[in-house]
Amino acid sequence: MKKTFCLGGVHPNDNKISKNAAIEVFPPIETAYISMAQHLGAPAEPVVAVGDKVKVGTVIGKPTGFISGYVHSSVSGTVKAIEPRADIAGNLVMHVVIAVEGDEWCEEIDRSRDIVRECNLTSEEILSKIQNAGVVGLGGASFPTHVKLNPPKDKKAVALILNGTECEPFITSDDRIMRERPVEILIGAEIMMKVLNVDKAYVGIEENKPEAIASMSAAAKDFKGIEVVTLKKKYPQGGEKQLIDAVIGRQVPSGKLPIDVGAVVQNVATSLSIYEAVQKNKPVIDNSVTVSGHCMDVQHNYLVRVGTPVSKILEVAGGIPKDAAKIVSGGPMMGKAIANLDAATVKANGSILILSEEETVRKPESNCIRCGKCASACPMGLEPWLLNKLARVGGRYDDLEKERIFDCIECGCCLYTCPANIPLLDLIRINKAEVMKIIRGRAAKK
Amino acid sequence: MKKFIVSPAPHVHSDRTTRSLMGDVLIALAPSLLVSIYFFGFSAVKLVAIGVIACCLVEYLIQKYVMKVKPTIDDLSAAVTGCLLALNLPPNSPWWLVLVGSIFAIGVVKMSFGGLGQNIFNPAIAGRVFLLVSFPALMTDWTIPASWFDSVNASVDGVAAATPLAVAKEAIANGTPLSEVAAYSGLTWKQMFFFKVGGSAGEVSALALILGFLYLVIRRVIKPTIPVVIIATIAIMSGIFSAINPELYTGPLFNICTGGVLLGSIFMATDYVTSPMTTKGQIIFAFGIGVITVLIRYFGAYPEGVSFAILIMNCTVPLINKYCKPRRFGEVK
Repeated sequence: MKKTFCLGGVHPNDNKISKNAAIEVFPPIETAYISMAQHLGAPAEPVVAVGDKVKVGTVIGKPTGFISGYVHSSVSGTVKAIEPRADIAGNLVMHVVIAVEGDEWCEEIDRSRDIVRECNLTSEEILSKIQNAGVVGLGGASFPTHVKLNPPKDKKAVALILNGTECEPFITSDDRIMRERPVEILIGAEIMMKVLNVDKAYVGIEENKPEAIASMSAAAKDFKGIEVVTLKKKYPQGGEKQLIDAVIGRQVPSGKLPIDVGAVVQNVATSLSIYEAVQKNKPVIDNSVTVSGHCMDVQHNYLVRVGTPVSKILEVAGGIPKDAAKIVSGGPMMGKAIANLDAATVKANGSILILSEEETVRKPESNCIRCGKCASACPMGLEPWLLNKLARVGGRYDDLEKERIFDCIECGCCLYTCPANIPLLDLIRINKAEVMKIIRGRAAKK
Repeated sequence: MKKFIVSPAPHVHSDRTTRSLMGDVLIALAPSLLVSIYFFGFSAVKLVAIGVIACCLVEYLIQKYVMKVKPTIDDLSAAVTGCLLALNLPPNSPWWLVLVGSIFAIGVVKMSFGGLGQNIFNPAIAGRVFLLVSFPALMTDWTIPASWFDSVNASVDGVAAATPLAVAKEAIANGTPLSEVAAYSGLTWKQMFFFKVGGSAGEVSALALILGFLYLVIRRVIKPTIPVVIIATIAIMSGIFSAINPELYTGPLFNICTGGVLLGSIFMATDYVTSPMTTKGQIIFAFGIGVITVLIRYFGAYPEGVSFAILIMNCTVPLINKYCKPRRFGEVK
C-alpha cells in the first residue's frame, strides 16, 4: 500500500495541466527589482550603491542576523535605485533596482550543464558555500537552508527527506525539475547527507507524478542510501510534519521541530540550489516558475531570474486572459493572492496561477451544520468548527490555546471542505497570531 | 485597469455544499420511498408530499416573518425532515397528522433553537415522538391503506394488523411463550429483510434502507460508524438476552429488522447536527442508542424504542463533544 500521513487531508482536483510544458528559459528582462527579503527572518542589508556596476552573481545584500541570508544580483548592469517597493502582497520592502546591460556572469560560476558529482569539501566548507550562495527553502517558507542543515549539537539527524510531493494543485515546477534534472537533485541530496552525517535519504513523490518517480528512481540507482518513496495523492502531504509522518512514520510533537524526531526535510528545488551552489558556485539567481490556469491558452514552466516583475511574466506567457479574476503566487490552497502585479518574483516563488471567477469565488456562508467534515479534514487533529466558534465570541484566547490553535499549519483543508462555506481559516489565522503573541509574551517574561 | 480579487487562501473550494449533502440524503431515501409507494400506493405519496411541503412552508414562513432573515429552504434540510417524518408514520395516517408533526418538528424543534445547525434534537424524530405521545391511537394504527396492489397485501395480511414488535410485546405481557406467537416465530428472514408490512411507511424493506445506507457511505455523506455500532449493540445485547431465555426475549435479527432500527440508525441517528463530531464520540453515542433501544423494548412500556433512544442520546451530544476530542497530530498516548 502506498504511504500517506495519518490524519485528515483533502483531495482537491490536482489540475496538473502544465506538467508537459518543459522548463523554458525566460527571455532577458530590462530591469530587475530584487527584494532584500528573499528569506524568512531579518531582511538583508544592501551592500551596493546607486551607480555601481554588478554582474550576475554579485552580492548585493548581506545578512543582518542569524536567520537571514545573502542576496545576489540576478542580472548584470547598473544599480539604478535602492528603494522600498511593494511586494506581491503590497507590503513595502527594500529593493535593489538594476537596469540590465548584457548578461555578464561572475567568473567563478560554472555555467555549463556538465554534471559534477565529486565533492571533497568538509561539512563546514559546504555549509559556508550554501550560506554564501543565499540558498533558502524553496518549498514556500524560504527558511535559510544553512540554518536548517546545522541542527543544534545535542540533536542528531537520522534521515534526510526530500520533498517532491508538490501536493498543491496546478504547480508543476518541482515535477519538471525532477524529470529534467534528477541527477543534480540527488547530488544535492548526497551533499546534504554528508553535512548532516546521515546515511539514509528519502525522496517523497506523490503518485500523480509517475514520470518524476520513474526518472528519480532511475537516477537513484547510482546513489547509496537514497530511496524514492511513492506517496498517495493527498493534500497537504508536502507539509513538513505530514511528509515526515508519511515517509518514516514519525510524528513531530506539538511545538517541536522535525529534528526532534531525527528528520530534516528539504524541497527538491532546494536540493538543486544546493547542488548549484556547492558544485557550480552558482548562487540562487533563478528558479523554476509554473505559470498556469484553465483560462490560459498555453501552460508554461519557466526558468525565471529572481526579481522579474509578475506583470512581465504574465505578458510573456500570453497576456492576462479576459476571464482572469484572481492571480495567485503559490498554489491555490496556500498561495497568496497577488495584490500588486508590478511586484517582482523572489527565490521561493514557485508558481503564478490565474484563476477564473468561477474557480475561485467564495460562495455565501450559511449555518454550520456540525457535520464535522472540518475536523475530519484537519491534518493536525484540531477542531476548526470549535476554533471558529470561540474566535467569533472574541477574546477567548485561553480556550483557543487549550484547543491548540497554535498547531494550525494554515493548510486550508477546513475551509476547502466546509459545505456551509464558513470562512474557518480566516478567523483561525487571525486568532492564531494573537495567541502566538500571548505565548511569546509569556515566554519573554519568564 | 482591470481589478483582481485579493483574498486569503485557500483560493479553491470543494463542490460539496449543505444543499448537495441534503440532496444526497433524499436520493438515499428514494428506494425506501419507492417500496413504500409499491405497498401503500397513494397514501405514501400523500404522506411524503404533505410532510415535505409543510416542513418547507413552516421554515419559510418563520424565517421570513418571525426571524426576518433570508429563507434557506433551498438547502433542502427542511425537505429531508419532512420526508423522514412522513416515512416514520403509520402508512394510514390522516393528512393532518403529518401537518401537525411537521409544524412541531420545524417550528418548535428546529426553528425555535435558531434553525439549521442549532437544534438539540433531530426534528423528524422529535416530531414523531410528539405525535406518538399526543395521538397514541392513531400512531399505532397499522391498518394497511387501500392500495393499487391489493393482491400483494392479501398475501401478507397476517402480519399486517399490528407490528411484529407490538404483537411480540403483547404476547410476553400475557405470558405467552414467543415460540407460539405466529407473527414472531412465523416471520422468515426473507420477509424481514425484503419486505414486511406492518410498521411505518418507510421501514417496509430492510434491503431498501440498506441500499440508501450504502449510497450515503459511498458518497461520503456519512461514515458507517453510527449505524454499524447501533446495530451491533442491539444484535449483541438481544443475542445475549434471547440466548438466556428465547421464550421471553426476542432475537437479534428480529430486533434489527423491525421497528425502525434501520431507518433510525441510518437516517436519524446520523443527523450531523444532533450527533457527535468525532469517531470516538459517535461510538459512545451509538452504543447508548443501542442499549436504550433494547432496554425499552424488553422492559419499557413501548414495543419500539429507537425514537426515544435517539432523543435521549441527542441530549448527551454537547457533553460528548466536549470530552471526546479528535486525536491530535503528534500526541503521545
